Amino acid sequence: MVKISVKNLNIWFDSTQALKDVSLDIYANEILSIIGPANSGKTTFLRTLNRLNELERQFRMEGAVDYDGVDIHSLDTQILRKKTGMVFALPLPLPLSIFDNVAYGSRMHGIKDKKILLEIVEKALKEAYLWDEVKDRLSTSAFKLSGGQQQRLCIARTLAVGPEVILFDEPCSGLDPISTAKVEQAMILLKETYTIVLVTNNVKQAARVGTRTAFFLSGEMVEIDKTERIFTAPADDRTNDYIEGKFG
Amino acid sequence: MRKFKEFIIEKLILLCGLASIFFVALIFLFLLKEGIALFKYVGIGEFLFGKKWYPISEPPQLGILPLILGSIMVTLGAAVISIPIGIACAVYIAEVAPSKFKEALKAGIELLAAIPSVVLGFIGMVTLVPWIKQVFNIPTGLTALSGSIMLAFMAMPTIVSIAEDAFYSVPKTYKEGALALGATHWQTIYKVLIPASSSGILAAVMLGIGRVIGETMAVMMITGNAAVIPKTLMQPVRTLTATIAAEMGEAVVGSEHYFALFAVGIVLFVISFFINVVADLFLHQKKV
Repeated sequence: MVKISVKNLNIWFDSTQALKDVSLDIYANEILSIIGPANSGKTTFLRTLNRLNELERQFRMEGAVDYDGVDIHSLDTQILRKKTGMVFALPLPLPLSIFDNVAYGSRMHGIKDKKILLEIVEKALKEAYLWDEVKDRLSTSAFKLSGGQQQRLCIARTLAVGPEVILFDEPCSGLDPISTAKVEQAMILLKETYTIVLVTNNVKQAARVGTRTAFFLSGEMVEIDKTERIFTAPADDRTNDYIEGKFG
Repeated sequence: MRKFKEFIIEKLILLCGLASIFFVALIFLFLLKEGIALFKYVGIGEFLFGKKWYPISEPPQLGILPLILGSIMVTLGAAVISIPIGIACAVYIAEVAPSKFKEALKAGIELLAAIPSVVLGFIGMVTLVPWIKQVFNIPTGLTALSGSIMLAFMAMPTIVSIAEDAFYSVPKTYKEGALALGATHWQTIYKVLIPASSSGILAAVMLGIGRVIGETMAVMMITGNAAVIPKTLMQPVRTLTATIAAEMGEAVVGSEHYFALFAVGIVLFVISFFINVVADLFLHQKKV
């Protein structure tokens, strides 16, 4: 089932073109990894999906992005962003307790009942694979957590709002291998319930978790295919060169 | 030869640097010396909390409580007006305004800061004062309220420009994080940007208030200058600054009155020093 459909997407910032005629479908309950060197437009692509690019002043876009068959520009921005949660490169805990961090979004959307909040927080923390590590200290400051735990906390915070799609923007770029493994484990569990788009600089990470993988280069999508296929027999030589580390 | 040149220049700069400290110290010492001489005649408690300021009666009564209260009342009034407007204006400039309008607004606010206070006082005197007299139906429009309103205009540029800088210094990621959770623009401003820049905003407020407390000309022109303990905003008041400015010319050098005015100067100095220190603490506070 197609969750998000992108057709002929072109994006400019001022006069620089960041994305060139990108078309691809994102299926429900898959992990789509997007790999590519710096400045390949992969983060721009991700930020198009929740309309975060539009905060930039010189942003211009052509083409269509459909969410469940509806153009994202005809959806209410807040609802779109609720449905497509985003996890950023650096963990960004708020100066609040663990509980309050996870409950933050729900409270903002008007949920006040303590019991409901507790349920939401527990469910989100479990899904983010963090519950067992923090269940006894929900009221301690989020800053006391390690980097990997903070990142999973941010995932939980995103989940608590009740998204359908989760956008990961290089979620492990600041983490050590063990923390990375835990975040990846969380992602694989999340795939059962959510649709995941993962932008990563780490080619091996894409190989480990991606259902499908897309390779972006200088704003173009070079190819998209099943992850095994991209990593064993890519159709394009440039993909092969990038995966083997000949440039990047 | 080149080394010699370097030496001369270095020492010259050093001298300039030292000069500024030296002058501040001199001013402070002079103020202290002249002010403290008063306490030979009047006790410090009587001076600070005395309710009557009749400097030329015989014997002179030198209680500055009415003046302190006058200053506080005018300042609080100005703060109540200028803080919400100033912060809201900074939010608008930093977050909402389209870029062209933003530039126009910033220029306007800078211009507001450039108006000499005597001009503001004069404008207030011929426009605001009669208006207040008429609207509130009181015998005179020269009141604490008029002073507060005019001073609010003077505090606003400081508050707006420093609060605006505080907003810009909030990392972009905070804003994006909030928006990505589905927050509305207003929720992002209210729940993320304002808390994150709170120390800068407090500093802006303190510096704005500092400016108001030290202001002399405009208040002297429009607050009525009656040295009585004010009960409402609708009464004439006299501030510490206006007292010095109005009376220094006629005080006999070396008289109790003369020393008392210097002591008022010390009180003012202490107040604005305190406010500046507090503002500085907020401004340089490390975020946890």
